[in-house]
Amino acid sequence: MNTNTAEIVTTRHNHLIDPHLHIWGWEIPAYLFLGGMVAGILILTALTALRSGRNPGSRPLRLMPMVALGLLSLGMAALFLDLEYKLHVFRFYLAFLPSSPMSWGSWILVLVYPAAFLMGLTLLEPAERTAVRMWKPWRMLGMTGWVDRLFAFADSRRRGILIASLVAGACLGIYTGLLLGVLGARPLWNSTLLGPLFLVSGISTGAAFMLLFRPRDHEHRDLVRWDMAAIGAELLLLGLLLINLATGPQTSQAAAQLFLGGSWTGAFWALVVIAGLLVPLVMEVLEQRKHLNPTAISAALVLVGGISLRFILLMAGQESLGVF
Amino acid sequence: MSDVRYAMVIDTRLCVSCKACVLACQAENDVPEGFCRDWLVEEVSGTFPDLSAENRSERCNHCSNAPCVSACPTGASHIADGGVVLVNHDKCTGCKACIGACPYDARYVHPDGYVDKCTFCMHRVKDGRQPACVEVCPTACMYFGDLNDPKSDVARMLRTRKHKVLRPETGTDPNVFYLV
Amino acid sequence: MSAMKRRDFIKIGGASAAAITLGSALPTKFWGLDANPLHNPGTDGDTVVPTFCELCFWKCGVLAHVKDGRVTKIVGNPAHPLSRGRLCPRGTGGTGLLYDPDRLQKPLIRKGKRGEQKFVEATWDEALDVVAENMAKIRDKYGAEAMALYSHGYGGSWFKHLMKSYGSPNVAAPSYAQCRGPREVGFRLTFGDGVGSPESTDMENSRVITLIGSHLGENMHNTQVQDFTRAIDRGADLIVVDPRHSIAAGKARYWLPIKPGTDLALLLAWMHVIVKERLYDRDYIEQYSTGLDKLEAHLADKTPEWAYTHTTIRPRVIRETARLMAGAAPASLVHPGRHVTWYGDDTQRSRAIAILNALLGSWGRKGGFCFPSKTKLASFPHESHPYPDVLPADMPRETMYPFADGALASGICDASIPGTAGYDIKGWIVYGTNLIQALPNPENTIKAIQELDFMVAVDVLPAEITGWADVVLPESTYLERMDELHAPAYRTPFVALRQPVVEPMFDSKPGWWMAKELGKRLELEDCFPWKDSEEYIRERVQQSGLDYETLAREGVILGKEEPAFIEDGIVPSFDTPSGKIELYSEQLAEAGFDPVPSYTPPEEPPPGSFRLLFGRAPTHTFGRTTNNRFLSSVYDENEIWVNARMAEEMGLTDREKVVLINQDGVRSEPISLKATQRIRPDCVYMVHGYGHDAKGLTFARGRGASDSRLVTRFKTDPLMGGTGMNVNFVSIERVTA
Repeated sequence: MNTNTAEIVTTRHNHLIDPHLHIWGWEIPAYLFLGGMVAGILILTALTALRSGRNPGSRPLRLMPMVALGLLSLGMAALFLDLEYKLHVFRFYLAFLPSSPMSWGSWILVLVYPAAFLMGLTLLEPAERTAVRMWKPWRMLGMTGWVDRLFAFADSRRRGILIASLVAGACLGIYTGLLLGVLGARPLWNSTLLGPLFLVSGISTGAAFMLLFRPRDHEHRDLVRWDMAAIGAELLLLGLLLINLATGPQTSQAAAQLFLGGSWTGAFWALVVIAGLLVPLVMEVLEQRKHLNPTAISAALVLVGGISLRFILLMAGQESLGVF
Repeated sequence: MSDVRYAMVIDTRLCVSCKACVLACQAENDVPEGFCRDWLVEEVSGTFPDLSAENRSERCNHCSNAPCVSACPTGASHIADGGVVLVNHDKCTGCKACIGACPYDARYVHPDGYVDKCTFCMHRVKDGRQPACVEVCPTACMYFGDLNDPKSDVARMLRTRKHKVLRPETGTDPNVFYLV
Repeated sequence: MSAMKRRDFIKIGGASAAAITLGSALPTKFWGLDANPLHNPGTDGDTVVPTFCELCFWKCGVLAHVKDGRVTKIVGNPAHPLSRGRLCPRGTGGTGLLYDPDRLQKPLIRKGKRGEQKFVEATWDEALDVVAENMAKIRDKYGAEAMALYSHGYGGSWFKHLMKSYGSPNVAAPSYAQCRGPREVGFRLTFGDGVGSPESTDMENSRVITLIGSHLGENMHNTQVQDFTRAIDRGADLIVVDPRHSIAAGKARYWLPIKPGTDLALLLAWMHVIVKERLYDRDYIEQYSTGLDKLEAHLADKTPEWAYTHTTIRPRVIRETARLMAGAAPASLVHPGRHVTWYGDDTQRSRAIAILNALLGSWGRKGGFCFPSKTKLASFPHESHPYPDVLPADMPRETMYPFADGALASGICDASIPGTAGYDIKGWIVYGTNLIQALPNPENTIKAIQELDFMVAVDVLPAEITGWADVVLPESTYLERMDELHAPAYRTPFVALRQPVVEPMFDSKPGWWMAKELGKRLELEDCFPWKDSEEYIRERVQQSGLDYETLAREGVILGKEEPAFIEDGIVPSFDTPSGKIELYSEQLAEAGFDPVPSYTPPEEPPPGSFRLLFGRAPTHTFGRTTNNRFLSSVYDENEIWVNARMAEEMGLTDREKVVLINQDGVRSEPISLKATQRIRPDCVYMVHGYGHDAKGLTFARGRGASDSRLVTRFKTDPLMGGTGMNVNFVSIERVTA
């Protein structure tokens, strides 16, 4: 059957499946974005701390791991909302299926929380630690001793905790891409390139998020450099992804067309590539070269690009099987 | 039982796309209104008056290399006795990774929250009965049985007739075959 | 020993216990918590009751599963010869009728004007009293013959009996003059016998099957489709003649996309080739037929080249297909079709098909037509009042339609308009047929209704016809009642039972009860001497020498298979004036008709118009099932098929809503356009039975468009009064709003 000239009629009209897949809405892009950003935050924080051997200079950066955990919890709440059988959510933790990135992800998250939490503890300056220790609920419950013991534990295992956070963050960043990348049925997603793509996108959005809090000079400069590198890698990976699709079999070529003349072309190039990658990159390069005053604009654009990338990939990908 | 490999063979030459299989499945399996586990595809190609047609009754292909089973994080989608792909309702969280993974879009979300699909009527097959769709078909174009039994209809049909599967390029190794 | 301290013992013991526990986890799948039990949807019934279906008129044997008083599913009865355990989609969809929320629940008596669909609920006594009063009034004032019954559906037998007892000969069904009547007459004129229902075809042994307009596969008469596909499986070739690429055409070796209305030219050309090249079954023709020389003379100029100019089928194809079908004789069947009221010359066209079959020697031969046998059943002894010596009101058919052998529903309708027939029909009983969609020119049907003194409709659903009645009586569905035994003429004789599966829902009653109650009120009680239909059936079964318990348990009792073919030794007889197969019909000549069919070219469509053709969907039975939500889950709205190139030229896109306007300016409801390669550019096609506007059909109302509304013109067959309905032309307009 030459599908180009065939009249095809089907009697199937299943909700969320036909006329094309629409099983995932805003919840999944929201989680992928937050997860990726959190991964970037944890990786950058851990790397910086490991290299410098000191705590971050600006308070917002010291509090970042805890903020990240808050963001991650928001992402997981979105994931929970997406489930059709919410009462069975515990089932994720009664099994481990190595072939399923989602199963990997469930357990990676189990590693992320304690690692990031302990990292958050060990990065705090003494004044902040006191504030934590003196918080009313601990005192009322008589748990200040436990708080001290936690801090001591975190400090004694600082290097291990930083490495664990780095690894957990990297895993978190990559697996979010593989969630889609292993779905061979959707030609737009079916590439392992999605793993590193989401990782570097996460690093970029993580850096951008941290930049919103106006860290001090050298920290700001380091974050901007990380962002530039990440954007560069992201552009490369997106390019490779499109080339891979455009030179693949018929279904892959049709998927590539979604961004190369099809319905998602405008959104993809405007929001993801130009606004989300090229403009911030140029701004950051100029900022570094000409020592201009930094603004929040490039960071905001990176974040817009990050959420757009995931949203567009999710929606376009669900269209990309398109036989009927 | 573990040596059994259930499969379905459908003769497109005979199928008239009457949809008896669709309704029989809905009645037998109490499929919720608005959903279907199997469906008819009518493909006609060419330009008037040089036309050719093919009718296919499609459903989950119970693939030997099922991407839905690989994608499932809780083990709800699993390979059961006979190589049949089934969903354990109690383990399903409704994450829909399996739906994303299926190149045939054979699954759907049941209103009760779990993901559902054709089960090859295993609840009937275990008692020696045929799946509801195979039993009802007025053109008798559907066969069901054990591929590993050389005397079965399905094995015999595949030996003697030209056949195809859907989307072989996806590597799923489906077990629903179409005689052409 | 004493060296082992208690602490060690506890440590070792605890560790061992933990190891054993964990070790047992995997093989037991975590102590059963990880098991994957097989889910059973639980639709198998606690009881299974055999009966036969009424979603269409084929009457396949089914098994109804009942659980907790509800029918969970309906499957085929393996023992029944018409279903053989397999069902079309409508059979399974019977639960959608039983549990249709729009079902008529209580008797209704009209409150407003006819057609306003305003009723008050009544008790059965009130309603039946009104019906009986009016029937008695009509009998007294005009004579019993002024009452007419339209009956379509197996449960109508009780009303037919009522009418006979009451004294009226006016009983009709649309299935004659609006459907298969012409083919019965065409075949009877040729072979002395009609085709019957179920058709006496032997398709499973055919080597070549030729379909003239028949769309088997979309026309889903169960056994016909089973036999048809069995033939294909055995390697039979198909020749499909159809302006549309039907499902059957998709399986054909030859699809002849014929110009609508020109089938007779093709048939004559085929006959020309077969006779000229001496491809016919010579022994058979010599032994059993008469008139070959006159036929040959008539065919002399009906060459394939001549036919090509009319049919647009190339001469080479005409010759090839003629030779193909003749080469397979006698196992070569030219199918008689089913609904054949197309162009007004339908009896002659059916006769041409009969003659062609005769040339192929298929009548009475394997792979052609069999001689079916019937299980003989005893009657229930009862009184019958003397049958009045009155001719039916559509009896201008004695003079106008001399070869009609059944009542014309359209004729009865016309006779209801005062002064048009021998006498006027003043009252109607309408059983299970939606005349508004079944008869052509619905405006005429409504006009006739308005002239009636009284009309009662008996139905399961509030179809359009019920909206025009004075009284509406809610009948129980086939799953809730015991009807007449079914013992048709068929290759394998059998008798089948329809018995209740569940109690009647709401305040519905079976037809036998209504007929008996009316009989009581009309002083005809002695014509209904049984207590209920069960007593009636039991007595008949017993008197016929069969066991009722077996019948009730199995649903069917098979008769002895009799020889059915000339090959089995049957010496055929032909109930024609000559006693032979009449290739040339003297009686037609004497009556002033063509003794051998002649071809008249059809009208051309007005410029910018297309001929309107209609047909069936396998999931539906006319408009009867389009309210069935279960069946509609697969197909819920019709579309207008338009040739893709024509659609493009008109600037119309696939799936957009359009309106059809016929030659008389009648506009259809909005309907989806299907731009397709599968149809000729000069005609359009839609599935019949949509465009309902009855208030009570809450699902079907407003869906799709009604072809019946557009059938304002029809051509009447002069031989038997059939109404040819494919003679309307429509133009297409985009829906602007």
